[in-house]
Parts: sequence; C-alpha cells; structure tokens
Amino acid sequence: MSLLRVTSPHTAGRQNVYSVMRDVLLATVPGILVMTWFFGPGTLINLVLGGSVALAAEYGVVALRGRNPKTAIADLSVLVTSTLLCIALPPYAPWWLIVIGVLTAVLLGKQVFGGLGYNPFNPAMVGYVVLLISFPIQMSSWALPRDLTATPGLGEALQRVFLPSSIDAMTGATPLDLLRQNTGLLFDDLMMSRPELVGWGGLGWVEVNLAFLLGGLWLLYRKVFTWHAPLAMLAALGLCALMGFDGGSSDSGGSALFHLFSGASMFAAFFIITDPVSSAVSNRGRLIFGALIGVLVYLIRTLGNYPDAVAFAVLILNFCAPFIDHYTQPTVYGTRKTNP
Amino acid sequence: MRVIHDIHGGIHPPERKALSRPGKLQPLGLPPRLVLPLSQHLGGPARPVVNVGESVQGGQVLAEASGVMSVPVHAPTSGTVRAIERRPIAHASGLEDICIELETDGQDQWVPFEGIPHWRDCEPAVLAEQVRNAGVAGMGGAGFPTAVKLTPGQQRPIELLLINGTECEPYITADDTLMQLYADRLIEGTSILAHMLDADSILIGIEDNKPEAIACVRAAANQIDAPIEVASFPTKYPSGGEKQVIEILTGMQVPSGGIPADIGIVCLNPGTAVAVQQAVIEGKPLTHRIVTLTGEALSQPCNTLACLGTPIGHLLQAVGLAPERQQRVIHGGPMMGFAVSNLDAPVTKITNCLLAPTESELPLPEEPQPCIRCGHCAEACPASLLPQQLYWYARAKDQEQLAAHRLFDCIECGACAYVCPSHIPLVQYYRAAKGQIRDSEQERKRSDNSRGRFEAREQRLEEEAAAREAKRAARKAAAQQQAESDGVDPVQAAIERAKAKKAQQDAAP
Repeated sequence: MSLLRVTSPHTAGRQNVYSVMRDVLLATVPGILVMTWFFGPGTLINLVLGGSVALAAEYGVVALRGRNPKTAIADLSVLVTSTLLCIALPPYAPWWLIVIGVLTAVLLGKQVFGGLGYNPFNPAMVGYVVLLISFPIQMSSWALPRDLTATPGLGEALQRVFLPSSIDAMTGATPLDLLRQNTGLLFDDLMMSRPELVGWGGLGWVEVNLAFLLGGLWLLYRKVFTWHAPLAMLAALGLCALMGFDGGSSDSGGSALFHLFSGASMFAAFFIITDPVSSAVSNRGRLIFGALIGVLVYLIRTLGNYPDAVAFAVLILNFCAPFIDHYTQPTVYGTRKTNP
Repeated sequence: MRVIHDIHGGIHPPERKALSRPGKLQPLGLPPRLVLPLSQHLGGPARPVVNVGESVQGGQVLAEASGVMSVPVHAPTSGTVRAIERRPIAHASGLEDICIELETDGQDQWVPFEGIPHWRDCEPAVLAEQVRNAGVAGMGGAGFPTAVKLTPGQQRPIELLLINGTECEPYITADDTLMQLYADRLIEGTSILAHMLDADSILIGIEDNKPEAIACVRAAANQIDAPIEVASFPTKYPSGGEKQVIEILTGMQVPSGGIPADIGIVCLNPGTAVAVQQAVIEGKPLTHRIVTLTGEALSQPCNTLACLGTPIGHLLQAVGLAPERQQRVIHGGPMMGFAVSNLDAPVTKITNCLLAPTESELPLPEEPQPCIRCGHCAEACPASLLPQQLYWYARAKDQEQLAAHRLFDCIECGACAYVCPSHIPLVQYYRAAKGQIRDSEQERKRSDNSRGRFEAREQRLEEEAAAREAKRAARKAAAQQQAESDGVDPVQAAIERAKAKKAQQDAAP
C-alpha cells in the first residue's frame, strides 16, 4: 500500500480566495442596483466594459509573466478591482476613461508589483487617482439622480458612453460639490436650497450609502473582514464632522450624517479600506489605519480642492501601513510583563 | 466556581469524536511480533540490556535508562528477542531508529512487581525513581520523562498540579476513554503526583464536549478526601496546548521560553497520571496505552488498549482498513499529527491516535495561492502572533525579523493554516524557518568555538613568547648585575674567553 505523506494540519476550513472575492462581488450588488435605480444604466455599462478590459488585461499579463492565466482569472480578484473602480467612476463616463482607468489599476496598481497579494496600494484607487488628476472634467461630472432628470435608456446610455459629445445637461454637481462650493448659505439653508440636497446626504446618495452599508454588514457576517477598519473610519469621519459642524454656519463642514451618508463614505468603509493586501495587518493596526483615513477624508473634503477624498486618503494610508504595522505588533503569549 | 479565562484566537473544526465511540475499549489481539524503539521519549535513547535470542517475560527491562533525561523500555508480554537493529519508526520525517524486536509467545507470563502501596509515607525522590524505573514518559504527545517533571527542585515550589484532560484535537478520544474507564486510578495517580510535588492545589481540566468523562472524574474525585477540583471549559482548538490550558484555567501565561514550573505549575496528561498510579501502587511498568483508531477508511473505528511496539498496520488491519489509492495514515490528530510513511512502524508511548481518513472526509490541501494578508491567521493564532508576517519573513529568510515577530513562540497548532483562504502551508514554513535558525545558531556556535580556540592558541603563543623574552631579559639583567658587582665587562670577558679557547684549539694539534 502506498501511503501519502503530507504535513499537518491535515484539514482546512472552507474559505478560499475565490469565495472571499465572490462574497465581495455579491456584496456590491445592492449598491449597484440602487445606483442604477437613481442614476440609470451608466454604472452597469462601466462594470461590463471595465470587467471585460480587466479580465483581458489580467489574462494577457499573467500569460506574459509565464504564470497560469486561468488560475489568476479564476480567483476573481481582478473582477473585484475593476468592479470597485467602475462603481466609483461617473456613470456615462466616456469609454476610454473606463479603459484607461481599469488598465492603470490592473497593470500599474497590481501586476507590476507581482499580482495578487503583492500590491502595496489599493489598485482600484490607483486607477481612480490617475484618472482624477489626468481627466478632472470627465471625472467630476456625475449624473443627476432620477426625479431631477429622466434617467436615460440603455440605447441612449450606450451612445453617451461610446460617442461622447460635450458635457450635457444630465450631469451636475454632487452634494459634496455643492457643499464645497457653498459660500453664503447656512448649512440648513443650503440643504433646503437645492432639490438634490434633500435628506441627510443628498437625493439618491443616502440610499446608495445604505445599500453599501448593507452589503458591508453582510461581509462582516460572512467574516470576510473584521469590523476594526470600517468602524474606525466611520467613527473618525463622524467625529471630525461633529467637531467641524459649528452648528451649521456657512463655513460649516457639513453635518456628521451628511458626511457618513454622502459620497463614497460607506462604499469606502466596507469595500475600499478593507482591501487586506494594502492595509495594516493587525486589528489594532487596522483601527489606526481606518481612523486616519476617516480624518483625512474629512480634511480633504472640507479643506481640499477635490470633492471627495477617499482615493487620496486610502493611498496615503497605504504608504503608512508598514509603519503602522511596525508599531502595532500584538503582545505575544508569554511576553506580557506581569501575570495576575 | 473557577473563573474560566478565554485565550486569543482558536478555531472550531468539526470534532468527529463520536466516530471512535469513546468510553469503550476493543480488544484487538496480540501481534506475533512487537517492535520497541529505544527512543519513545524525549531525551537520550535507552541502552539495551538483553541479547538477541534471549527469552524475556512481560515487564522485564529490555533497555535501561541512559541518564536523567531517559527512561527504560520494558517487554509488554513474554517472548523471545529476535533482533536489535534499525527499523522504521513513526516519525514525521519517516526515519529509522534502533528497535528491539520481540517475538511474542502468547503465554503472557510476567515478572513479579513490587509496588509502594504506602506512598504517603515515602520520600518524593524514592517515588520519582519508581516512576522513572517504570518507564513513564509524558503520554500527551511530547514524551517528556515524567520523573524529571516531578523533581522541579527546591527553588521552584509548585502551587498547582494541573491534569490536562482537554484533548482538543478533533477525532482523538483516547484520554476521554481513559478518564471514563480509569477515573479512580486517575484520581489516585493525581493524589500521588500532588504528594510528590507538594502541590497546594490540584485541578483536572476537561473540555465541555466530554460530559461522560467529566461526570466519571467528578464522581471519583468525590470519593476521596483530597480537594481535587474538576473544571470544565468551552470547547475550542487548541485549548489543550499546555500554555493554553494554563491560561484558560488560571489566567496566567507561561513566560516565553520558560516552563510551567516557572509560575509554580506542573501540567500532566491524564494517561501519564494513570501510568504513575500503576508504577507506584503496583510497580507495573508502562507497557500498554490507549490508542484511538479512527477515520472513515476504517470499518470499525474504536479505542483499544495496545501493547507498545504493536505495528500500526496490525491495528489498522484489525479494525478493517480499506485503503484508498493514496491513503493517509496520521499519527496523532488532524491538526498536529504527522503522516506515517510505513505501516510497520510501531505504537509508542506517545501514540494517542491513528487516523485513516478518506479523501472526501479530509480533502487534500488545495494548491496554495498568494497571501492576501486577510489576517484570518492572526485572528486564529492562540499565541497572538502575526502568522502572515512570519510567512513573509520566513520566505525572505529574514531571521532578524522572524525573531522580532517571535517565531519561536509558535506552537505549530495549525490554526492559521486551517483558516487560510489561500491554503498556504504556513506551519511548514515556520518549521522550516525554525530549523534554519537552529542550524545557523549551531553554525554560529561552531564558528565561535573555532574562533575561541584560535584566539586561545594565539594568546598561548604570545604568552610563551613573552615568557621567553622575560627569561632572556632576566638572564641578561642577572649577567649585567654580576658584571657590575664583579667590575668585569661581560662583553670583554666573553671576548677574552673566546680568545683563550681559540688559542687552546690552535695549540692543541
């Protein structure tokens, strides 16, 4: 009888990279549906176009690197990267913007460093920042939500993506833009002044954020990541907003609820900063990592030149992650100073 | 009620303990041949004291202890010594070692034993000698010579004797069965151990997935006067690690690099306590142990009381092994056990379980994928290490960082590898890295020694040269002094002498 010799442990849990990535993709579905409801099929076009480009790019590069491209595709990690980026890109953005962004994310964000697991920065945010700096006009024209304009049908949407004309009336400033541009109005007056600013975070945006929150909570339940980084980021962002609110003057930075439920807050907290590869590794480290992102997001939103700040904040903290790791090593068994 | 502390991390793999029907022992017959390794314990191998062809009786010493860190090996039954040679043993690396082969005669005749029934009146040192002579070594897995643990020295007073009946590995039910069947002997053995250690309190810890064992041991403990506490605590792997069970039951941590005696605790396996009871009360040496035979490749999984030296194959055949094409036979449990490479290898004092799983039962590891630093391993690590960082540093062979991240505090429990979504064989990386560090430590010691020797030689040569120089200087000084006192110039005198000698030589022929 031939005996098989393998080393311990001889049993393993059920989670694998594929199941992790699949869960992340599934968790984005509510957010994508709500975005499609409010802003039309633009995000779906982004996702399909971006996903195809990402798969092709990953397959080609991994084959060039002499690895097995099929296993690289099969772990779904490249689809997660493209999905996260394409959710963040404006609906009805011209096709070339999507292609450039996805190629940057997959090639410069991920594969140049050695592929899955080796990227020091969040690949989706690398792609996003390159686009934001290179093509600010296209990147800052976000579609208007339904109720303010008719959402386009699929044919019209495709035409806008593949035969882009000049910026049209269907795009406009996001609630975060409006807040940043506000000069004379008290915060409460500002929120009353425009139809897109109803609710805590703007028309459509609250629902989008709630949908991503729902997906994120499901991922927490599935133990894909721990609560540390998301909670720390949201708490820090909320706290900063509370301190900067000053009762809502015209200089006000916006209310805590506004910051938590507008822009990319929930999406970032549960889908971007939870990228394990580029974040701090220990739970204590992830608390610090998340909290600093929350602070930076608030600072850049209120003092910076860009409407939303998640991408910059995440990349800056990606730089800091090894440093945080160095100072947040857990106390190993048997090394604490005193026994009770 | 004792406060139960939680340990960091841990996992809950499927327990599968019912498979081997704990609480019953299945007799499986005496094998025609027994193979008894001389090293069934940690420390120096025993020294054979019998010759090939010699007839021996059960309980007779076949090999004697070769030092303090060694224990003897006894014949588990009567028969004839057929060989003393290298044989395959149950070892993670499939090694061979010197073994005594005993052909059994089926008579099962035994030498008479002499116990110490009045052990309470006996000095601990005498009892420790009795335990050593009975060949008792830790039966939980490490095989540490028990007598050594029982003589911790005066500078280390023992406050707590802890019997570790956790048995947290899935599948294994050997200790469970032992605690159910031999609860009285366990309690008596524990009392003897407490007497030997002069321990203030006695605690038996059992995981709460063994209610029958807890009930049996509690009942037995209530029969006697001594205050023996039986504590149960929630099931979680690896609560049965020595360091972990100590933290769970006392809240204290064994210092890194230290032993439980450093914090006044001695921790022993229930099987060891029963072996001590037998050794002291009856004088009977350790020749048998309970082995769990389990896994879905066996048609009748069970526990059995096996002779030490029984070939693994004999036991597995007896319980209906139906091997698959690539059968695994695991010595120990699925988390920390190792795969046996030869079924001729024998059962030893540390063999608590033989697991023959089917492939669908315990699938083979998947192809490893890149680490995505998800951190599940750090969540699961009972030592609060950062396994993902250790993995990177192990791959980079960065010994400095491995030390800084405390690689040597890893107990190799496998919880990290169990939860890893990328199926990276983390424990294997750590074992390899530890081996490399030990190697380079050895290398460093060797080169230190060589340098020391070289420096000593240099110093010796220098000292010799200095001594010669000093002697010469002393001679010169003496001569000068003499010259001064005599008023004769020594150089002039030497020239005169040479001249005189030459003149003599010239005149001679």
